[in-house]
Amino acid sequence: MERIPILKMGRFLLVTIQVDMHDRLALQLQDDLTNRIVKEGARGVLIDISSLEIVDSFIGRVLGNIAAMSRVLDARTVVTGMQPAVAITLVELGLSLPGVRTALNVERGMELLQASFDEEALATQEADADPQG
Amino acid sequence: MLIRKDESRPLRTEDDVVFSRQAVRSWAVELGFSLVDQTKLVTAASEIARNTVVYGGGGTVRMEQVEDGIRRGLRLVFEDRGPGIPDVERALQDGFTSGGGLGLGLGGARRLVNEFHIDSRLGEGTRITVVKWK
Repeated sequence: MERIPILKMGRFLLVTIQVDMHDRLALQLQDDLTNRIVKEGARGVLIDISSLEIVDSFIGRVLGNIAAMSRVLDARTVVTGMQPAVAITLVELGLSLPGVRTALNVERGMELLQASFDEEALATQEADADPQG
Repeated sequence: MLIRKDESRPLRTEDDVVFSRQAVRSWAVELGFSLVDQTKLVTAASEIARNTVVYGGGGTVRMEQVEDGIRRGLRLVFEDRGPGIPDVERALQDGFTSGGGLGLGLGGARRLVNEFHIDSRLGEGTRITVVKWK
């Protein structure tokens, strides 16, 4: 069966969507990612959509679901590389991807994931050092 | 309105939705639509084609290169012989969904094109016509 590959990079999972996805494929990605987050104990998911020529309400919903599910599983999601024409169309369609963090490109997306991971690690350390606080 | 060229394609499966998106894209490119307008039209086509497959039980899409005076555009006609839409006004409202979507499908698609028309008869089927002018 056709699948979108998921790469592991340290504590993060990396996906680049390079095909025009039919709906089943998008749902498959949603399932696969959720399973991999648990299996790898991943703390972040980066989804690059720079090759996607459209994001319609179905794909938008799948991206939102992935972000929500990963949050529940203690991982952050960032969607990167949205083309300007896609962004304009999405907003006009009425979709603002609530709950989905975005970054302009993969590099910035990785920085964003790393920063939120570091922040959380620091907060955990501080809480451990000062159990009264 | 003058039809300069037309082509029909089947819309039976999810893969047909993908193929129809690609066909609409290439027709929009041929007509010289801007990238933003291409994207809007393809996105609208995707929403309506999914509706035809999922709720209409499959059907067809006809693409027409149309001309009206000096205007040129692309008209898409989606037809199915499904159950029909009981309340068209409601189906066009944001947030309305009878399936797994966000409920932005038809209402959202209407905002992405210049003309949008639904003709639906209960028990007979649905025809959705959209036009994007260049």
